[in-house]
Amino acid sequence: MKTDIILAGVGGQGILSIAATIGTAALSNDLHLKQAEVHGMSQRGGAVQSHLRISSKPIASDLIPKGACDIILSVEPMESLRYIEFLHKDSWIITNSTPFINITNYPDLEKVIEKIKTRKNVIILDADKIAKEIGSPRSSNIVALGAATPFIDIPFAAFEEALKQIFMKKGERIINANIEALRAGRAVADETLKQ
Amino acid sequence: MQKLLLLGAEAIAQGAIDGGMSGVYAYPGTPSTEITEYVQHDELAKERNIHSQWSSNEKTAMESGLGMSYAGKRAMVCMKHVGLNVAADAFINSAITGSNGGLLVTVADDPSMHSSQNEQDSRFYGKFAQIPILEPSSQQEAYDMAYYGFQLSEKFRIPVMVRITTRLAHSRAGVERKELLDQNEVVLPSNPKQFVLLPSIARAQYKDLLNSFSGFVEDSENSSFNHYYDGTDKKLGIIACGLAYNYLMENYQDDDLNFPLLKIGQYPLPRTKVEKIMEECDEVLILEDGYPIIEELLKGYLAKEKVRGRLDGSLPRDGELNPNLIAKALKLASEEEILEVDKSIADVVANRPPAMCVGCGHIDAYDALNEALSDYGIGRVFSDIGCYTLGALPPYNAINTCVDMGASITMAKGAADAGLIPAVSVIGDSTFTHSGMTGLIDAVNENSPITILISDNFTTGMTGGQDSAALGKIENICEGIGVDPDHIIVFTPLKKNHDMMVDIIRKELAYDGVSVVIPRRQCVQTTRNISLNEKIKELNLR
Repeated sequence: MKTDIILAGVGGQGILSIAATIGTAALSNDLHLKQAEVHGMSQRGGAVQSHLRISSKPIASDLIPKGACDIILSVEPMESLRYIEFLHKDSWIITNSTPFINITNYPDLEKVIEKIKTRKNVIILDADKIAKEIGSPRSSNIVALGAATPFIDIPFAAFEEALKQIFMKKGERIINANIEALRAGRAVADETLKQ
Repeated sequence: MQKLLLLGAEAIAQGAIDGGMSGVYAYPGTPSTEITEYVQHDELAKERNIHSQWSSNEKTAMESGLGMSYAGKRAMVCMKHVGLNVAADAFINSAITGSNGGLLVTVADDPSMHSSQNEQDSRFYGKFAQIPILEPSSQQEAYDMAYYGFQLSEKFRIPVMVRITTRLAHSRAGVERKELLDQNEVVLPSNPKQFVLLPSIARAQYKDLLNSFSGFVEDSENSSFNHYYDGTDKKLGIIACGLAYNYLMENYQDDDLNFPLLKIGQYPLPRTKVEKIMEECDEVLILEDGYPIIEELLKGYLAKEKVRGRLDGSLPRDGELNPNLIAKALKLASEEEILEVDKSIADVVANRPPAMCVGCGHIDAYDALNEALSDYGIGRVFSDIGCYTLGALPPYNAINTCVDMGASITMAKGAADAGLIPAVSVIGDSTFTHSGMTGLIDAVNENSPITILISDNFTTGMTGGQDSAALGKIENICEGIGVDPDHIIVFTPLKKNHDMMVDIIRKELAYDGVSVVIPRRQCVQTTRNISLNEKIKELNLR
């Protein structure tokens, strides 16, 4: 198996936690992994992405070639479209629908959603709202990850285990909140796939 | 042993720790920062008492590293590419002194300028200094090269450069560790004159360096980091340096690469391998994630050779490489063939440049400065390297220059000398102690009519909140350098203080001499940094 994922968002939105979770889950399944991150200036509220590649075979490039990306997982709707040229015809876009507006020329949200929906394989969920509903508003990134799990060829339980490892130092309550967030996101994806 | 999941930068740190390093010396700079941070937080490094505190700048780091090497122990100096400009005097001369304990100079380049002012290629510096260079293609090689680099350094008693680029520094993969080596004991150099670069000694030392070169080449010839892969199709040969090897192989995941391939990870170039590929192939494509250094070398000034790369347009002249650019150079696929999606659906996407954080003290300082300067007109604010450089962007449009660390004070001085009065500098606390202080002496010595804002947020903010060497020292430094204490003024940059700040800055702008205005408020990103909070309290800074 081979899955190439671009994680998209704005600096500070927690895409590195998503990357760490998928990475840990991949390693525990004996998969090869390369994950390129953005550090430095862009982390200050700028557009950020992480290229995450997992494969049963050794991986050459740290960067995903254009046209080869299988999944864009975005924690912000407009950001889900920024890396569109990396996708192929059958790729999935999984995106949070709550915008992060820190620029004056943010486009009309409806238009953004409309553009996303022109793609064949799309899951749009309000991860912020779901995270609030389950009482952990800071876990919206993990809600979004949950919605992407059906498309990553790693058992769902491995993601839960990964969250336990990553948030180990933060205690039981944070671990459980994140696991619940993961499950809530997964439920939305399962529901969407049924339709 | 289970593999560690490490960034390339972290892999270098781990390789150096396991290779018996006694100290790392560095100033933070993207994409090199994580090397030193890793050593600072590593339990084994703490246990082994490995030095890891930040230096004031790259030059002091380079010199401290050289001092540790003089004393016989293994040291690594880390910096971003432009940091090597700051350290260059010490760096170039360290090739003449040579090393005693193993000495690695790890430089992280930033092709495409993700977080930098330029994309200079540090291999030029390595070549200039005439020392061996190691350039990893993977996180595992990054680890191996740091580990092996100390041995190479000690074999030839020469500093060794490890050159990485942003993508490798900030990309994670599994890394397998090697056996943990002991640190060296303190041992003085066997030749007591080795580090005394008086002309008569330096001439002899330089001859030694020149004589060592054939040994460096021989080591490269036998190095496992340089590998020749035979190929049946000799129409083209490929030389892939460092990370470019990965981007090349990405294009041959399903098909075999039939062209002869020379993978380069150690310089100077392995001469016989280069001669072989040049002889047996009709054309040779050079892949370098940086400047076309090897390409230019092989092409020659008269460009007679059959060499392809960045200079003949096969690859872009600037910017970092990626798998698609290499596919194009190999004519495997055109851009149109690669793109399966309708790009127009991204038309709606707006640019989202980095910005100062909500609640940042720099913002309030700029608001006050802009208003105070409105009497004088635009174009007189010289700034520096840090988060406050983002003040160049709307809505602030507050600064007019950003060149190199410390240039704000000296450029303002030069402009004032030319008659642009008042001229203003905006510099951060950490940048001030990095390279601002010496410029301040120049300004004080000539009583230059400049107003210097040292926007003090107690940290090196842009790189992620590392220690600032200036913490609690700025007023004393300025006074010691000779700034009139009546013109050293501290205030808290907050909206509610706006009018007061404008008044103060206005008054200082009108003063015919050096003023230092210090807007002082903690970086909002560091409010949960317990040890910093304790130090701030201890120093009574708020």
